[in-house]
Amino acid sequence: MPFFRSHVLISVDPECLKRGAHEVMDALQDELVQQGLNEEVQILETSRIGDPVQFGPDLMVYPEGVHYANLSVDDIPFLVEEHFLKGRVVNKFVAQESIIADEELGMPKAKEIRIVLRNCGKIDPNNIEEYIAEDGYMALGRVLTELSPEDVINEVLSSGLRGRGGAGFPTGKKWSFARASASTPKYVICNADEGDPGAFMNRRVLESDPHAVVEGMIIAAYAIGSSQGYVYCRAEYPLAVKTLNIAIQQAREFGFLGKNIMGTDFSFDLEVRMGAGAFVCGEETALMSSIEGKRGEPRPRPPFPAVRGLFMQPSNINNVETYAVVPQIMLRGPEWYASMGTEKSKGTKTFALAGDVKNTGLIEVPLGITLREIIFDVGGGIKDNKGFKAIQTGGPMGGMIPTKLLDLPIDYESLASAGSIMGSGGLIVMDDETCMVDIARFFMDFTQDESCGKCVPCRVGTRRILEILNRICEGNGRDGDIELLEKLCYEIKRDSLCGLGQGAPNPVETALKYFREEFEAHIYEKRCPAKVCRNLITYEVITDACTGCTVCARNCPVTAISGERRQPHLIDPDICIRCGICMQVCNFNAIHII
Amino acid sequence: MVLGATHRSDIEEVVNEVVQQYGSSRDELIPILNEINRKVGFLPNGVLEMVSKQLKLPQSKVLSVATFYQMLSTKPRGRHVIQFCESAPCHVAGGRQVWERLQEELNIKAGETTEDGKWSLITVSCLGVCGVGPVVVIDEDLYGNVTPDQLPEILSHYS
Repeated sequence: MPFFRSHVLISVDPECLKRGAHEVMDALQDELVQQGLNEEVQILETSRIGDPVQFGPDLMVYPEGVHYANLSVDDIPFLVEEHFLKGRVVNKFVAQESIIADEELGMPKAKEIRIVLRNCGKIDPNNIEEYIAEDGYMALGRVLTELSPEDVINEVLSSGLRGRGGAGFPTGKKWSFARASASTPKYVICNADEGDPGAFMNRRVLESDPHAVVEGMIIAAYAIGSSQGYVYCRAEYPLAVKTLNIAIQQAREFGFLGKNIMGTDFSFDLEVRMGAGAFVCGEETALMSSIEGKRGEPRPRPPFPAVRGLFMQPSNINNVETYAVVPQIMLRGPEWYASMGTEKSKGTKTFALAGDVKNTGLIEVPLGITLREIIFDVGGGIKDNKGFKAIQTGGPMGGMIPTKLLDLPIDYESLASAGSIMGSGGLIVMDDETCMVDIARFFMDFTQDESCGKCVPCRVGTRRILEILNRICEGNGRDGDIELLEKLCYEIKRDSLCGLGQGAPNPVETALKYFREEFEAHIYEKRCPAKVCRNLITYEVITDACTGCTVCARNCPVTAISGERRQPHLIDPDICIRCGICMQVCNFNAIHII
Repeated sequence: MVLGATHRSDIEEVVNEVVQQYGSSRDELIPILNEINRKVGFLPNGVLEMVSKQLKLPQSKVLSVATFYQMLSTKPRGRHVIQFCESAPCHVAGGRQVWERLQEELNIKAGETTEDGKWSLITVSCLGVCGVGPVVVIDEDLYGNVTPDQLPEILSHYS
């Protein structure tokens, strides 16, 4: 395979052709030959790069990623001399693109290292050539021509990569189990059922860099000896499904999928399966039931998927991020990957930062970074200069981590020791106006709703926890409720069939562990310290601040506010429904909650 | 396209077409039901019966799948389906107020359809656009950073 140091992608959509793209291309080819650069620089045709009316004919030079626009044949000699011979970017030809703010991702922030997200927002996901220009499918070429399946597994093992779906099982080990299973066919499955509220890392990778996932899956298939793969994507992500399907089609056309991949005798194909809205399908055995066309209910393990998975055949199932990072490991070497992270948790991890933090969005950081660094350095601190109260890691089955543990390094073991999990990577930051009982109730409401109902501890247990939390928030908490909650949490964790039930009590358990006094205030003093739980708060007019403007009284939906014009008003707590409208409309901050 | 009428012959045509497209094997059941749900608007009893015959599956199995997944509906839905994201990031960002106002405006609760058949209101799990929460999706339009006061204006765009 010839190795080019530079790739030039020329846009040849009809609009650019009309404006002379082919002439520019021919001139470029001639000039490269003339300068003796035609063995170093490769010219490729591509569909549109930018807006053709604004930019055509235009071209993109990789690896620099410089976009030159409005070129004519006469510009080419100068461009070749400056850029390809002298290595200087010709600013006068560089396209002046309108900067589209990418609020989700943006430029890398302090302490970020982008490996999984490296192509996101940089390449056109619907054009395989742009991925190839970023060294795409080069890892696959190396794997198929230079390495045996065992070599691949060994490299993944020594990179220290662990499952990015949340549980953190060593990926290489998983692959070796699937390889060791004798029965065929074997299946490679990608879990793209990213259902954790607040987690959208996988969606972004699928939408922006689908080929990285496809390439990772092909490598996995080669390693375990599989010829058919499935990507199971949730129905809530229609764009991801569409992008993936385009990527798979293009990979087939280029000979990366299908029969005799890259001219070898290895064959593998890929299909996208869409979910239909069931959170539990993110659990691996439930996901496989769903691909089979059944209710997405988990199965007991063992047998593990590596032995009996999809259609009762050996299967390897990994998360989107795990597959997306594999090509980079095969390309840059396992030592490189293992040089990042901690002793037991190597590499980087993507997180979705949400909640009351200044910079929300996607981040990718080396493992071992502390929560404090993530919230204050990467995330820019708490919104509206409020105080920090807790951070919830790992989605609805993760735990709430308080201020005193902010210096906890993020790795699988440390998070587990704090009662939480890595999960897929949702991070929800909560400020000091958040009621932890209310939040615990909120998560429990979610998990009890999403419980598939197959096993009793999860189906009935989560319901009971929710009922208790509801009554505590409503001011009807009883003595003994805290102890009852603790007992329920313990038993649900111990006895549930799958990760959903085993993780469901985590938010409640950590809230009880770190914020017990809030539960006690709700139960024994009938008071919500964060002033969130409606039945436990009272709105009151601050007499000194009230100007008697009557705005509150006019806006009150239940006419609970009385008072003469220019006289301090009064709220009748028996009529008040605590909707908070009066506080919102008051121009003098004369209403507060007690 | 949503078929307003639920004539048996119309539905039969849709079912045949979709089953033909996906093939009649068991593992295509969910894609088939999804597609019919999209075309007809929901899954009437007749559909389950026809699909069960074509895929040679007991009707009970088809029904159990149809009722398991949130996006499949065995009850008729309104002309416009409003999906409200009930996830934590939206909740933290003020989603509760939006949700309460939404129910007030439409005078229905989660999972219900207005009497005039215009609106159905359902909750949906995280749509992954947490950066712009609270999020409301009407049919296929997504609205981010929604405040309670914007709702009447947003709803007025739909007839």
